[in-house]
Amino acid sequence: MNLNATIIGQIIAFFLFAWFCSAYVWPPIVKALADRQKKIADGLEAATRAGKDLELAQDRATEMLRDAKTNAAGIIDQANKRANQIVDEAKDKAREEGLRIKAGAQAEIEQQVSQAREHLRQQVAVLAVAGAEKILQSSVDAKAHGELLNKLAASL
Amino acid sequence: MAEAAEVAGEELASAAEHAGEEAAYANGGEYINHHLQFLTYGKHPEGYPDAGHWGFAHTEEEATDMGFWSIHVDTMGLSLVTGLIFIALFMTVSRKVTSGVPGGLQNLVEAIVELVQSSVKTTFQGHNDFIGPLALTIFCWIFLMNMLDLVPVDLIPLAAQGIAGDSHLFFKAVPTTDVNITAGLSLSVFLLILFYSVKVKGVGGFLGELAFQPFGKWALPLNLVMELPAFLAKPVSLALRLFGNLFAGEVIFLIIGLLGYWQAFLHIPWAIFHLLVIPLQAYLFMMLTIVYLNQAHQHH
Repeated sequence: MNLNATIIGQIIAFFLFAWFCSAYVWPPIVKALADRQKKIADGLEAATRAGKDLELAQDRATEMLRDAKTNAAGIIDQANKRANQIVDEAKDKAREEGLRIKAGAQAEIEQQVSQAREHLRQQVAVLAVAGAEKILQSSVDAKAHGELLNKLAASL
Repeated sequence: MAEAAEVAGEELASAAEHAGEEAAYANGGEYINHHLQFLTYGKHPEGYPDAGHWGFAHTEEEATDMGFWSIHVDTMGLSLVTGLIFIALFMTVSRKVTSGVPGGLQNLVEAIVELVQSSVKTTFQGHNDFIGPLALTIFCWIFLMNMLDLVPVDLIPLAAQGIAGDSHLFFKAVPTTDVNITAGLSLSVFLLILFYSVKVKGVGGFLGELAFQPFGKWALPLNLVMELPAFLAKPVSLALRLFGNLFAGEVIFLIIGLLGYWQAFLHIPWAIFHLLVIPLQAYLFMMLTIVYLNQAHQHH
C-alpha cells in the first residue's frame, strides 16, 4: 500500500470530471427534467380546469333546462288562461248578441203591436160610426161627433 | 485478510496447479500477491537495474523504493477510462436531451440524475449549483470503477500481460482497490470542504468553529482536541471505507479464483453479493460528500 503521485493524478482527474459535469452534463439534463415537470403540471392544471369548466357547463345546462321547463309551463299556463279568456269572451259576446237580438225582436214586436193597435183604433172608430148609423138609421155627422169618437178611440 | 490469503494459498496451491492456473505462480499465496501489485511507473531507485532512469518497477520492493514520485499506471489509467465512459455516456444524452418523451438511454440517465438530485435536495440545505454535478460525478464514477470488480479477476491482467508480452506484468484492474485512488477522491472532497467552509464562513468563522465549540472560548484546547480529529477523520474514513470494502471483495474473488473448477459455485454467489456492495459504496461516498459539504455551508 504505497502512497504515491497517483493521489495527485486522481485529484486532478476528479476536479476535471466534476467541472466538466457541472459545465456540460448537469445543466441541460436538469433543465429538461424541470421543463417536463412544468409541462406535466400545466397539463394537469389544464385538465383540472377543463373538468371545472365541464362542471360549470353542466350546471348551466341544468339551469337552462330548468328555466326552459318553467318557461314552457308558464307559456302553457298563459295559453290555457288565454283560451279560457277567449271562450269567456265569446260566451259574453254571444250572450250580449242574444240579448241584443232579443231586444230588437221585442222592439219590433212592440212596434207591430202598437201599429196593430193604431190600425185597430182607426177601424174601431169607423166600425163604431157604422154601427151607430145602423142603430140610429141616420147618418151621424162625422164631423160633429168626430171629437167624441177620437176620445173613445184614445181611451181604448 | 493476510492470514486468509496465506491459509488459502497453502491449501489450494495444488488445486490451482491442477486447474491449469498460470504455471508462473509457485503457490496460491504468490498468485494472490501478484494480483495485488500495481503496475508502477517511476524512477528506478539506486541498487536496481537502470538506476536513475524512468520505467516500470519489476518487483514489489522496487515499487516501494520508487517513493512518492511514481504512479500506478493501471489503476490511474482505468480510473480515467471509467471517468471518460461516464462523461461520454452522459454527454451523448445531455447533447440531445428533450423535455418530451425520453428515449431508452435518456431514461436511464434521468433516473440516475433524479436519484442524485433528490438526495441533494433532501440533504443539502444551502444554495450551491456545484453540489449536484459533483455528487453525480462521484456516484457514477465510483460506481463504474467498482463495477470493474465484477470482471473476472484474471481477465484484465491477462489481457494487459498479453498486450505487453510479459507474463509477469503486474496489473491491478479495479481502481477503487487502490488506496491512492480513494484517497485522491476523499482529499478532493476534503479540499472542497475547506474551500466552502472558508468561502461561506470566512477564515475566522471556520477556525472559530473548530476552536470555540462546543464548550466556548475558555475551553479552547479541549475544543480543538475534540473538533480537529473529527474534522480530519472525514477524508480518512471516506477513503478507507471505500478502499476496505472493495479491497476485501477483490481478495475474496482472488481466493475463490484458486479453487479450480469449484470456483463457479462460490464465484456467482459472491458476485451477486458484490452487486449490493458496488452501488452501496458509491451511494455512501456520494451521500457523505453531500453531508460534509452541507456542514461546510452551515453556520453553527
